[in-house]
Amino acid sequence: MSERAPVALRGLTKQYGRITAVDDVSLTVNEGDVFGYLGPNGAGKTTSLRMMLGLITPTAGEARVFGHDPQKSVDALADVAGFVEAPRFYPYLDGMTNLRLVASLDGNDAKSRIAEALDVVELTDRADDKVGGYSHGMRQRLGIAAALIRRPKLLLLDEPATGLDPGGMRDMRALIARLSAEGMTVMLSSHLLAEVEELCNRVAIVRSGRIVYEGELDELRAAAGLTIRLRTSDDEVALRVLADRRGISDVVRHGPAPIQFRAADEAAIGELSRALADSGALILELAPSAATLEDLFFELTEGEGDAQAEEKRLDELSDLTGGSQ
Amino acid sequence: MSRPGTLTVYRGELRKLRAQKRTYLGLGAAVLVPIVFAVAVAIQPGEPADVPFGRYINDTGLAFPLVTLLFGSIWFYPLIAALVSGDIVANEDNNGTLKTILTRSVERSQIFFGKVIAAFSYSILAIILSGVVATIAGIIVSGFNPIPTLSGTLETPERGLLLVAGSLAVYLMPILAISSFALLLSTVFRNSAAAVVGTLMFSLLLQLVVIIPGLDGLQPYLLSTQFNSWQGLLRTPADWDPIIRAAWVCAAYAIPSLAIALTVFLRRDVAGG
Repeated sequence: MSERAPVALRGLTKQYGRITAVDDVSLTVNEGDVFGYLGPNGAGKTTSLRMMLGLITPTAGEARVFGHDPQKSVDALADVAGFVEAPRFYPYLDGMTNLRLVASLDGNDAKSRIAEALDVVELTDRADDKVGGYSHGMRQRLGIAAALIRRPKLLLLDEPATGLDPGGMRDMRALIARLSAEGMTVMLSSHLLAEVEELCNRVAIVRSGRIVYEGELDELRAAAGLTIRLRTSDDEVALRVLADRRGISDVVRHGPAPIQFRAADEAAIGELSRALADSGALILELAPSAATLEDLFFELTEGEGDAQAEEKRLDELSDLTGGSQ
Repeated sequence: MSRPGTLTVYRGELRKLRAQKRTYLGLGAAVLVPIVFAVAVAIQPGEPADVPFGRYINDTGLAFPLVTLLFGSIWFYPLIAALVSGDIVANEDNNGTLKTILTRSVERSQIFFGKVIAAFSYSILAIILSGVVATIAGIIVSGFNPIPTLSGTLETPERGLLLVAGSLAVYLMPILAISSFALLLSTVFRNSAAAVVGTLMFSLLLQLVVIIPGLDGLQPYLLSTQFNSWQGLLRTPADWDPIIRAAWVCAAYAIPSLAIALTVFLRRDVAGG
């Protein structure tokens, strides 16, 4: 890991009285990543981002951006921009004046990039309107524009698509994808798995302030395993075929619902299909379960559950992903 | 382009103040009250003889700003100062914009001092504006005539005008101390209304402290007393003692207020908005 990584959190902890909002979080965001900080509402994502931006002092540990500590000086944020929760502006000023105001606090040639930033977020036509009259989506876009005028190398976005209509969400994701393609490192928090799946190459899943997984999204998918849905002409026979078969595990069947099982790889599925045909259980449906990653996400983030079972699950994940968590 | 700093923040604060209604509410009141006072004097006989210079308002317009200063010290000018000073930090909390400005390229201390200078500028402008309007309105109503001093001597109108300007300048000391206290409340309470009302209550309480038996010895050290220190200029020869005392008493109120506010501002977690 580089000491100059765009984001490096080490043992980051924030306590409010007896409540631990962020609990010993360590993670690294590398250059070029689109990093998803994924977790349900209240998991501590925003508090972590605030510490990365120097808005909140950690109780323990440290947050560094490009090797610098934002708690010591705002100079640490020279290559960083973004927003936490909804971006906020002065409602009694128009969009252009708001951007001029924040650009003046950036110095350098930030002001000269205002027109371009407004153009990127498609707010040029509304730049002279007071922000008090902006919709939520327009404020989100203005927040992006305010970030872009800093020409950051790292963009920190907190739930960037929250509150947007489907069209706004699509546009926001397209914009983030474009900025990433242009070389910007992006870290975004989200409670939406679909958003993270679409945009991110790496992910950290956080639950109750603690990271329960950090690594490549592809590894997570692999770790989730290939869960397969199976319907046959004779499910009783099919269950016998599945039992104790190499590469097949976790076979479950709930009433009339399709059988579900996990397969180690695609070869195991190929052999299974031949065995099923030989046994006379004709395949009516044999498909990967689309909800696999989502199930895993909920499994990792929901309920206190059985601590031992969770520990075992995390160990399995760790084995499958080479101990990246 | 140079690196942004306190001056950049100050310019931004002035721009924000120019766009807010409360700025004009305070400045409007600072202008209107002396005008209403002058109109009242013009259309009805008599004068407020129970206050210094009150009995001279029909003789010289130069008495108008001095009487306005006396009446305004109870709550009017402290309220005008608190309107902006009590709001200038808290409104960033109300708008949720503190996180917006704290994640740019200026340090928290620079933002704080930019706001302090902007709040002071507004308070100074309000007092000067009010004093100038009161002087002009007074001269229109009662003429540009010599003004008697508190020692009974008569000063020429020209020298009287200088003394009025000096009085306004001395009056700024307690006003800036009030502004500092309002900034403290604005920073600590993070709520404009609480800061404005709290400042006003503080100002009024200080006026009342001296009526408590046994506490009258505190009077020279109360902020409210310093609102009358300018009267030292209108004696012959000028009595500098109350003015010098006002300088350090006001500093004793203002500096700790600003120091505590700065400490809170530097250390606080910006968790809202």
